[in-house]
Amino acid sequence: MKEKLEKIKADAVREIQNSDGLEKLNEVRVAFLGKKGELTAVLKGMKDVRAEERPKVGQLVNETRESIEKLIEETKRKMEAAERDIRLKQEVIDVTLPAKKNRVGHRHPNTIALEEVERIFIGMGYEVVEGPEVEYDYYNFEALNIPANHPAKDEQDTFYVNDKIVLRTQTSPVQVRQMEKGKLPIRMIAPGRVFRADEVDATHSPSFHQIEGLVIDKNVTFADLKGTLQEFAKELFGEDTKVKFRPHHFPFTEPSAEVDVTCFKCGGKGCRFCKGEGWIEILGCGMVHPRVLEMSGIDPEEYSGFAFGVGLERIALLKYEIDDMRLLYENDDRFLKQF
Amino acid sequence: MNTSLSWIKAYVPDLDVTAQEYTDAMTLSGSKVESYEQLDADLDKIVIGQIEKIEKHPDADKLVICQVNVGTGENIQIVTGAPNVKEGQKVPVVLDGGRVAGGHDGKKTPGGVKIKKGKLRGVPSNGMLCSIEELGSTREMYPEAPENGIYIFDDDAVVGESAIHALGLDDTVVEYEITSNRVDCFGILGIAREAAATFDKKFCPPVVTETGNNENVADYIKVNVHDTDLCPRYCARVVKNIKIAPSPKWMQRRLASQGIRPINNIVDITNYVMEEYGQPMHAYDLDTIAGREINVRCAAKGEKFVTLDGQERTMDDSVLMICDGEKAIGIAGIMGGENSMITDDVKTMLFEAACFDGTNIRLSSKKIGLRTDASGKFEKGLDPNNAIDAINRACQLIEELGAGEVVGGVVDVYGKVKEGRRIPFDADKVNKLLGTNIEKETMIGYFKKIDLDYDYEKDEVIVPSWRQDLERLADMAEEVARFYGYANIPTTLPSGEATAGKKSFKMRVEDVAREVAEFCGFSQGMTYSFESPKVFDKLLLPEDSELRKTVVISNPLGEDFSIMRTTSLNGMLTSLSTNYNRRNKDVRLYELGNIYLPKQVPVTELPEERMQFTLGMYGEGDFFTMKGVVEEFLDRAGLHGKETYDPNAGKTFLHPGRQANIVYDGKVIGYLGEVHPTVAENYAIKDRVYVAVIDMPYIVEMASFDRKYEGIANFPAVTRDISMVMKKEIMVGDIEKVFDEKGGKYLESYKLFDIYEGAQIRAGFKSVAYSLTFRAKDKTLEENDYAPAMNKILKALEEMGIELRK
Repeated sequence: MKEKLEKIKADAVREIQNSDGLEKLNEVRVAFLGKKGELTAVLKGMKDVRAEERPKVGQLVNETRESIEKLIEETKRKMEAAERDIRLKQEVIDVTLPAKKNRVGHRHPNTIALEEVERIFIGMGYEVVEGPEVEYDYYNFEALNIPANHPAKDEQDTFYVNDKIVLRTQTSPVQVRQMEKGKLPIRMIAPGRVFRADEVDATHSPSFHQIEGLVIDKNVTFADLKGTLQEFAKELFGEDTKVKFRPHHFPFTEPSAEVDVTCFKCGGKGCRFCKGEGWIEILGCGMVHPRVLEMSGIDPEEYSGFAFGVGLERIALLKYEIDDMRLLYENDDRFLKQF
Repeated sequence: MNTSLSWIKAYVPDLDVTAQEYTDAMTLSGSKVESYEQLDADLDKIVIGQIEKIEKHPDADKLVICQVNVGTGENIQIVTGAPNVKEGQKVPVVLDGGRVAGGHDGKKTPGGVKIKKGKLRGVPSNGMLCSIEELGSTREMYPEAPENGIYIFDDDAVVGESAIHALGLDDTVVEYEITSNRVDCFGILGIAREAAATFDKKFCPPVVTETGNNENVADYIKVNVHDTDLCPRYCARVVKNIKIAPSPKWMQRRLASQGIRPINNIVDITNYVMEEYGQPMHAYDLDTIAGREINVRCAAKGEKFVTLDGQERTMDDSVLMICDGEKAIGIAGIMGGENSMITDDVKTMLFEAACFDGTNIRLSSKKIGLRTDASGKFEKGLDPNNAIDAINRACQLIEELGAGEVVGGVVDVYGKVKEGRRIPFDADKVNKLLGTNIEKETMIGYFKKIDLDYDYEKDEVIVPSWRQDLERLADMAEEVARFYGYANIPTTLPSGEATAGKKSFKMRVEDVAREVAEFCGFSQGMTYSFESPKVFDKLLLPEDSELRKTVVISNPLGEDFSIMRTTSLNGMLTSLSTNYNRRNKDVRLYELGNIYLPKQVPVTELPEERMQFTLGMYGEGDFFTMKGVVEEFLDRAGLHGKETYDPNAGKTFLHPGRQANIVYDGKVIGYLGEVHPTVAENYAIKDRVYVAVIDMPYIVEMASFDRKYEGIANFPAVTRDISMVMKKEIMVGDIEKVFDEKGGKYLESYKLFDIYEGAQIRAGFKSVAYSLTFRAKDKTLEENDYAPAMNKILKALEEMGIELRK
């Protein structure tokens, strides 16, 4: 019996080693271990074995079976590994073939610039608000300390619908509308479309965008305005950006300032981009004029605030080095795809 | 506003700075310098030389050989072709290695032209004699220069000295951006006062001395001001025995550096004082003034008047006129009349320095269509106290220049005297506003620098009348800030209570629209809010269309920008057309922008501004591509119900058989369709164009960012296919409606998997096949769970005349 089992084992080992593939290996498994296999036949012959020897023979049969099974399993794994290697070698692709792209649209550079600005100010606790584009003369001028017949009204080349209604020339009226709501403190930015009667050319458009900013609270100072806009400029144009405040005049702020930033192309040394000046003007700002506060029902003795206005196109043109404003309103696909 | 630096230095004698230093410091103290031009930037090595000897050139008829004394002890030889040179003349000479600004024709060469010694037709020439054009200027500014030839100096010019200096070209012209509040800085004295304060130097304005003979001006002229609001002050003086002559060179040079052409002594003095004081003046020929009286009154409506430029102009009754006893002789503050203008034969002259209401001048100037240097100054609202100084200064110059005999006294009609203002001052409040810690005395020191006084007893700043812009403490804070230096103010961040930064819900929904459009391949465009009323015809809108009621701009840039849009389609189609025209393939654009719907016509209140989400495309894709974008958006915006499509949208600009209103929750929230071929043609697009317009206010109303997890199905689904043949006219939407209504609680979804018409199907019919999926959340479905629903569906379909294929 023992010899028979050893022979079976030896036969099996030989057969396994001679197998040239998984299929053949399976045949070997069936031939030896299957229901009609040789080892099964031995088990079936157990009834002829003496009762006292049965456990021993049984153990022997099981050991033989396990060792054959183990060998088959090992061989199978090796064969599988070998076959996968072959398959992987056959499946080599040319990774430099063109990509299958999803066709994704592109955001307008104005929007990308606006989102940057919004991100910065939302991070500083500002709410983004909107106001009407066709606006009452009162909000666009009078409530901003630009009374009737003020020369500033002419300077802004206003489009009129009638005596009372204009296309807003600035986003500043949103300040007034927000202040009139009477909820203090205020920290807001108001992006939006504005209109001025400028003929279309490379640097002018009768319709463009501004972002207004307004903070009203107790103890707001000019120093706070400086700090806020410095933070803004660094976030927008880079950590090394320097900011210069120059005195200026706006009817609705006092004191007022214009803000220059160091040219982000040359870092302030002067280049073609900044016309050799090293500085680029980016916005106007100031402390909200006490009369504007009064007209909006806020007591200037108790509250103070600052406001600023940025041209969105100006930022987009600067940041993305767009040399002609008309490109922003032509919507040429080849232009838009670059953003 | 321009000033030459030398003129500023005349009033701030200690000022010793370079043009760049001046520019930087003035800008930071509030007088923004836009640019400056060094007049001699391109001039080098140019001296005054005297021509000692002229000989003919042996080989050229038009050239002569000059021996020129340039003060070096040895004459230099220069060959010139200039026709006007004579022995003994003093002329500008560029030495070897020097530079001139350009050619004799007045064309300037950037960087200048280098002059080297060489030979002219074989004769050595060691420099060049210059014309005024070669020196970078013009005969207009140097009227004494010859029309064609070398500039000739006066006999008193010093040989060997700099010709650049002698011509006043060693100067810098500074251009400022003066803001409208600083009326005082529209005169050189105002800027000089700022310069002195900026550099902490002494300000030395001209000392105006008393002038006039012992006659009395009142015997010459009488002035009546009929409207003292429009003319708060009128000063008049008389000059007799006028001797018209050129003004002296120093005055000509200063005017030239301001870009003002020297004419004669009288005109030049008027211009000089206007520049100096910012106060326009006018000179009338007294002998043309009827009745020896001046009446300042408004014109009659439609009154015609010929101004000194010979133009006839029409007035209306709000235009202020200067009149004599009979007739108008000038438009107040804008331009004098031809009938009273100064000529070379003038004997006696009336000088006028007045103050007019700025707004009235501005409006009159607009109405008449005539804007002059004078009106430009008056419309800013001048200080009436300046007028008297200016007229006296002019008379002083008349006497100094010997231009005439000034009659004693001034006629000064000045009703309500404009006083300076007193502003209560509180240094602590200023520091609180600025975030600074500046000593009160330091602040008062800044004020004194610009001639603001301080009343220590009352703690008030005493503001002179020329600073009309200073009204309250905030204005004083700016004066403190600009002299303390904006750069020296600390930088801090607001310290108040924290606020939540956020976008509005509307903006978040718009963000979703952008995201979905871009995922679907649409790029964002932006178009103008105003357009031409002609677009309605381009879009085939019927005459009575509501969309033709618009907000009309009363002063548009032209018809193309004259109405506020009531539809976003024109912008989209115009952009697509631009792309098509430039041969861009497969273009997809979207825009988020407002339309403006008037609440009434004509407009009396603000129009309704409705944000439109507009999609447009040509090339790859069709109606259903566009529909997919719409549905993706609605889904992302949280409109999870079912949208339906009504083919009866009635849009004239869309293909009649390929358009639909998008309906959600019973509301039409937009439309989509293929653009009508005629409209596409109107926009020169020879391709199928698809558009969708979604009215965002509806979406914002119904949108939601709330989401709820509903579990993942654990039990198997049962699918049943239905294959149908039906009339072509039946829309699959109607079939889906049946599924929705009859499908019962287990119908999870349905999907169209086949639609066919053509061979095998009889004409006018189509075959449609749907796959229905039933599923329960809590069990495996048995036949009798879904069979009743299935039967109801089939029955309803049959009732619609639909054949079911088994």
